[in-house]
Amino acid sequence: MTAVAPGPAGMMTSEVLPARSAASQDWNDILKWGAIGAASIAFLALTGMLVVLDPRPVISGALSLGYVAMIWVPLVLGYTTTKQVVLEGMARNEQGAADVVRGALIGALTGAGMSILAVLVNAFDLRDPLVNWSPELLAKLGFDRGLGFGVIAWIVLGAVLGALGASLHLMPARIAKTLGIVVGTILFVSIFEAFLDDLLEGFGLTFLTDFLYASRGGLTIVSTIVLGIAAALFGMFGSGKSAGLTAKLDAMEAPQRKNANMLIWAAGLAALVLLPIFTGKITNELLANVGIFLLLALGLNIVVGLAGILDLGYVAFFAVGGYTVAILTSPNSPGFSPGLPWWVALIVTVFMAVLAGLLIGAPVIRMRGDYLAIVTLGFGEIIRLLALSDWLKGWFGGAQGITNIPPADFGLFEVKGTDPRSVYYLTLFFVLVAIYVSWRLEGSRLGRAWMAVREDESVAEAMGINTVNIKLAAFVVGAVLASFGGAILSAKVGSIFPTSFLILVSVIILVVVIVGGMGNIAGVIAGSVVLIGVLGGPKQPGLLQEFSTFKLLIYGALLVWMMLKRPEGLIPNARRTRELHQEEFLQDAWLKGEIDTDDDDVADAVDTVVDAVDGEASTGGAPA
Amino acid sequence: MTRLLEIEKLSVTFGGLHALKDLDFHVDEGEIVSVIGPNGAGKTTFFNMISGMVAPTSGDIRFEGNSIVGYDPNQVTAAGIARTFQNVRLFANMTILENVMVAQHCRTKTGAFGALFNTAGFKREEEEIRQHGIDVLGFFGTRLTGYRLEQPASVLSYANRRRLEIARAMATRPKLILLDEPVAGMNPKESAELTGLIGKLRSEWGFTVVMIEHDMGVVRDVSDRVVVLDHGEPIAQGSYEEVSTDPQVIEAYLGRPVEKRKKSDVDTSETGATA
Repeated sequence: MTAVAPGPAGMMTSEVLPARSAASQDWNDILKWGAIGAASIAFLALTGMLVVLDPRPVISGALSLGYVAMIWVPLVLGYTTTKQVVLEGMARNEQGAADVVRGALIGALTGAGMSILAVLVNAFDLRDPLVNWSPELLAKLGFDRGLGFGVIAWIVLGAVLGALGASLHLMPARIAKTLGIVVGTILFVSIFEAFLDDLLEGFGLTFLTDFLYASRGGLTIVSTIVLGIAAALFGMFGSGKSAGLTAKLDAMEAPQRKNANMLIWAAGLAALVLLPIFTGKITNELLANVGIFLLLALGLNIVVGLAGILDLGYVAFFAVGGYTVAILTSPNSPGFSPGLPWWVALIVTVFMAVLAGLLIGAPVIRMRGDYLAIVTLGFGEIIRLLALSDWLKGWFGGAQGITNIPPADFGLFEVKGTDPRSVYYLTLFFVLVAIYVSWRLEGSRLGRAWMAVREDESVAEAMGINTVNIKLAAFVVGAVLASFGGAILSAKVGSIFPTSFLILVSVIILVVVIVGGMGNIAGVIAGSVVLIGVLGGPKQPGLLQEFSTFKLLIYGALLVWMMLKRPEGLIPNARRTRELHQEEFLQDAWLKGEIDTDDDDVADAVDTVVDAVDGEASTGGAPA
Repeated sequence: MTRLLEIEKLSVTFGGLHALKDLDFHVDEGEIVSVIGPNGAGKTTFFNMISGMVAPTSGDIRFEGNSIVGYDPNQVTAAGIARTFQNVRLFANMTILENVMVAQHCRTKTGAFGALFNTAGFKREEEEIRQHGIDVLGFFGTRLTGYRLEQPASVLSYANRRRLEIARAMATRPKLILLDEPVAGMNPKESAELTGLIGKLRSEWGFTVVMIEHDMGVVRDVSDRVVVLDHGEPIAQGSYEEVSTDPQVIEAYLGRPVEKRKKSDVDTSETGATA
């Protein structure tokens, strides 16, 4: 068996030793990982996931979402703790029974975490500090069959899943991949039931829905089996074609590649325009929410991703947009209500956003790094508190906000919250504008200056860049894009309250940008779809509506995991990847022979050294 | 010859420390002047002050007759003074071409609108700065051009980074270039080549050059005039021969009289630290 694909000439591959015996284990390590697993799974149970998500079936009558949210822990731990790091030139053991035993032991210990929790919940009442320390939890920990059953069942289940995770390494890659596809498909189809239901109804395929889903939600046993077989067939024979296509795309020459890219973009755009015609309200609402947050994220991407200004009060500009439109269009606006049409108000909004960008930016922009972040954080809250204050209640309506904002009327059609499709199209338009603006500016004089400022502000200034103006420009462009988002929100929701502009909005947009890939438009789009679309925005539900209670927990966990494993984001910007992986990048470049070694050949270099040594010797060394 | 840069009674104190004290200095158009002195003599502070990064406590700096005291660094660059840094400070993750393109920022003016609507003016200006960028990179032969243009600056070797720093300063279309230890860390062959190029900065590109340098060979070969600083005060000025035999200078460098001046008079600890 060849362990590694042959590397560049002259490199060694690792030697593969026979598998270790099943009994030779690193017991301390197993205990360590087992303890980590036990703590994690018990923590997840205590967040309430097990109880809250239990009513939602994944496979009707067999498996609920609550249990799915738990049992992935031993499976994933079993897989990751037995994964071998293959190092060039290092001997390693072939994987075998020892790894399965290790996985099973770690899994069993993880399961034991739940068993211990069950015993503790049974024996003590800690409901006072721990809200979820409840009889319901105890029931679920016992699989509704009593404590004794539960204690044993968790250990056995953990061991089985841990062993399964470990044995994934032993299977032929194709089988392991197919298994992954099968499990992934079943989970996807089941968890996204509401969305798929909506989608299938739009295409008139309700018979498929009736077949797939049980009447009270979740897949039926039969549909699970059919779906599993279909996914397995695809996994065995169908997949790999997409990889071939990607490879083909990669192999294309520049002009051809450009055409192919254009084609992909055009197809994507057509899909985005046509899709909402078929989808129902839930999906369109969701897409509209993704669009609004994408708009905000694209704006913040210019500020943080391109210019490197860490703005934690970005929500302020969202609020400026929302309130300007609300005041100018709503007949209920307390202080001043001209009742302008939406698009006229939008023009005023742009001016207000520029003004706000300059006013907030001017004092802030001379600061750097952490100080700037803290001050922007303050300004973000100040704007919200001003809107909330009694002092300006005559203008902004205080906590009651501004209600009765009319729909945006464009003559031919109206954009209003009760018609999510219209909101979607309006949002799509502004998102396209934002993408165009980001793309054009990035490659311009302004974009280069932003990059220079991000890399080294003092040097950028010494190279003739007026850093204050350049950073203000980034602030203002970002502010205008955010204000569009606020303007759409006003028309969509029909009312504006200070609570729509909590600091949490800034944080979530920033997380979208970071997780997606700072400085990269495609990354920001991916981040919005994954975070806002799947998990949901600060107040907006996502596809995983069941998880909305745990949204922030998942956001936080995802952010931590991303920072550890992939700090450059889902779809990274090439430059930022280089910044974060400078050493790996230079190593790669060196292997490819791209690092220049100057023109002097070795003989010259040797001469130089000899000369230097001679010189030093003849002068008696340099003065100390 | 006309006075390009005139410095009068320039002083700066950091707390109680006189980094520079009553410095009088001038550069005529077309001159190459070297500033030398032991570590901590105030040479880099002197550069930082000219380029607007440090404000002088007292005194005046006039460039082409106008005082530039109180200018921001970008205004100084716009006025026509460019500089390099002793510890190479490139925009490491921008490409080599982008490094020299961004340096032309203050010579260009297309704003967001030109970029958004891809106007004719925008396209022409982009092409111009691209071409000028390639021209200045071509000053160093083929080392920084060709396939290198699109590579990030971080892949360059040390010597080439130094070269790119000079190219970036040239790209700002200055009248006066301040070079802060241009050959530090280079081997003798590279130093010799760069010495020739410093001469060409004047003869081919018409720049006036002020340079801080520790390599006395380079200083001897290229400078019209040498200024020696010690403890923030000028202790000698004149041609290389005059300065190098000045007993005060020798004392400043070595702290004791020596019979014969040697190439290794250069303070090795400083070149070692910057390499």
